[in-house]
Amino acid sequence: MYHRVLSKRALAPNIKEIDVYAPRIARAAKPGQFVIVMPDEKGERIPLTLVDWSASEGWVRLVFLEIGVTTHKLGLKEAGELLYHIAGPLGNPTHVDKFGTVIVIGGGVGIPAAYPIARAFKEAGNYVISIIGARTSKLLVYEDRIREVSDEVHVATDDGSKGFKGFTSDVLAKLLENDVAPNLIWMVGPALMMKSCSIIAKKRGVRAVASLNPIMVCGMGMCGACRVTVGGRTRFACFEGPEFEASEVDWDELLKRLNMYRNEEKEALNRFKRLVISTPAQR
Amino acid sequence: MMPRIAMPKRSPEERIRDFNEVALGYDEQMAVKEASRCIQCPEAPCIKGCPVGINIPKFIKFIRERKFEEAYRVVKEGSPIPAITGRVCPQEKQCEKYCTLAKLGQPIAIGALERFVADWAKERGVHVDLQQIDKRSERVAVIGSGPAGIVFATDLAKLGYDVTVFEALHEAGGVLVYGIPEFRLPKKIVREELAYMKDLGIDIELGIVVGKTVSIHELLEEYHAIFIATGAGHPRMLGVPGENLNYIYTANEFLTRVNLMKAYLFPEYDTPIHRGRRVAVIGGGNTAMDAARAALRLGAEEVYVLYRRTREEMPARREEIDNAEEEGVKFIFLVQPTGFKGDSQGNVSDVLLMKMALGEPDESGRPRPIPTGETTDIQVDVVINAIGFHPNPVIPMTTPEIRTDNRGRIVVDSDGRTSMRRVYAGGDIVVGEGTVIEAMGWGRKAALAVHKDLAIEKKLSIAVHKR
Repeated sequence: MYHRVLSKRALAPNIKEIDVYAPRIARAAKPGQFVIVMPDEKGERIPLTLVDWSASEGWVRLVFLEIGVTTHKLGLKEAGELLYHIAGPLGNPTHVDKFGTVIVIGGGVGIPAAYPIARAFKEAGNYVISIIGARTSKLLVYEDRIREVSDEVHVATDDGSKGFKGFTSDVLAKLLENDVAPNLIWMVGPALMMKSCSIIAKKRGVRAVASLNPIMVCGMGMCGACRVTVGGRTRFACFEGPEFEASEVDWDELLKRLNMYRNEEKEALNRFKRLVISTPAQR
Repeated sequence: MMPRIAMPKRSPEERIRDFNEVALGYDEQMAVKEASRCIQCPEAPCIKGCPVGINIPKFIKFIRERKFEEAYRVVKEGSPIPAITGRVCPQEKQCEKYCTLAKLGQPIAIGALERFVADWAKERGVHVDLQQIDKRSERVAVIGSGPAGIVFATDLAKLGYDVTVFEALHEAGGVLVYGIPEFRLPKKIVREELAYMKDLGIDIELGIVVGKTVSIHELLEEYHAIFIATGAGHPRMLGVPGENLNYIYTANEFLTRVNLMKAYLFPEYDTPIHRGRRVAVIGGGNTAMDAARAALRLGAEEVYVLYRRTREEMPARREEIDNAEEEGVKFIFLVQPTGFKGDSQGNVSDVLLMKMALGEPDESGRPRPIPTGETTDIQVDVVINAIGFHPNPVIPMTTPEIRTDNRGRIVVDSDGRTSMRRVYAGGDIVVGEGTVIEAMGWGRKAALAVHKDLAIEKKLSIAVHKR
């Protein structure tokens, strides 16, 4: 029932990486899949992408941005402490093949999520161009690991503190203008980033796949909280995705659905900060 | 004839303010009085109406004699979770339907009596002493910890098998924990009843999504037999424009948030839910009643149940329709949603409806609703789609060797054997949408089949060894 946190590292302000002992999940995991995590009994079920895993050692690695109650609770877990629940691996694995040249785009905590995908594309014999981006250089995580599995890496920061000043979509547009002709674009990150990249890819006639990040509850096709419109049809991202053809996704609908509980999320986080973070003596 | 003793209930004014149980149950005096109405007919047609074959006249006789503990033992032989089945079985379609007194007036309140003995035993800490079981070497896996899986697992554990239950969610119980609300079935009772599985030495592994975490083929290497009881938890969508607007929930999502995740206790619990002022629930089954009543308790001012036929055709239990009505749920009949309108934030604002009329009976035997061409709409801020469920697709999708029909249900023989050797199935994954007790009946049948098949296999292998 409970799963031990084996190690924890702070990668950047508010971005944490944890390894969790979950041998069954580690044995079955494939690139592109995710898990559902609950920090404690009163917690919420949230999806997190599998960033790495070891079947022989029985652990899975997760990276998250402390943004709401659940991710803050996860961020407070120290090595040796227990997670209440983890289920997975969920979703369909990424379709990895030898396509030729593949552009992998990761934004924010999407960079660690893109890492196993870039690795798999590289191992399958593709020429991998990675575009990674963050708001600022301090929040740019997993650059080294992305470099290990890419032939080219392009870095973008919104404030220009590292690499190109601007968004990953700007870098993508420039590459495509400069005669880079990828056979496939694969992306993960904030929905708005994926929407922009998707528009650029579509204009250039390049096939693009996006790993969607809707709200989930069950993560296994029972509830439909994660539904998205793809190609005019309602699909459940957790079990028909999370990856879909980016050009067919109704991005505006996804963006609106992601805002559904903004007030509740704020209320819960304020309460949590008041009760837990402001009274560290309790821990 | 003495009238049936009515089940005491909390008043609607009081109960709609919380999620506590509505029905209060019999006290000893009421139970004895109700039990004394039973005429103990020798042919006991009531037993035939019970999918798990509880010896009903026998336990009722014990109640009449005030031998409550003995009554509990009899009930427990049939249902491993009597505090639950006594509460949620549609007795009017099962045991009570066949009660001889039903023909003369009111049947014996078998469900209420079952619930009484189970609660009585629980309050006094009475346990059924487990007989020393001769352990067998055979290992059996159960996929899904809902009603079918519970009966299958407990039956085989009592026969000495080494049983492991795999459950995908973080709590065991299936629909008993995520679907049926607290006010009909307190979760404390579910947990207490499921503790019996642990007493029997059954191992429950949570967070295991069979088909994803581990495959049927891998399980067959570790286990002698597998029982699939993954239910019908995949929601049917309406397929109309605007269905993905914000705050349009499937009943599964709404009820999972409320029941399993305790969103009604937000922010003490972390899972949020949108508390609507005007809520529309689409559908006429028990799920629709549960969702409507839960929405009221979350503080809605108006809750509408929109149903495409009339009251007579509603599949929900009469008792639950009455409860919902007493609590202030409003029913609008002969309407079918044709779409939804939303505001600029993408939040639902209107349900667009087509008015219907009843036509000739369809394949279900009920009159078919036909569009009249006249439309209307209602303003809402939350919609709950409770039009039904499909069988859970994960195992059929990942194990094509297991034959399914055109509706995604696993095909089994009359004992629960699937097309794959050593793999059995039962409950909603086989029948589509059934009841808790029907699922339990399937669990029992499949347990008997596994026991028989494994015994035959053992005999064969011994014969081979001798030669």
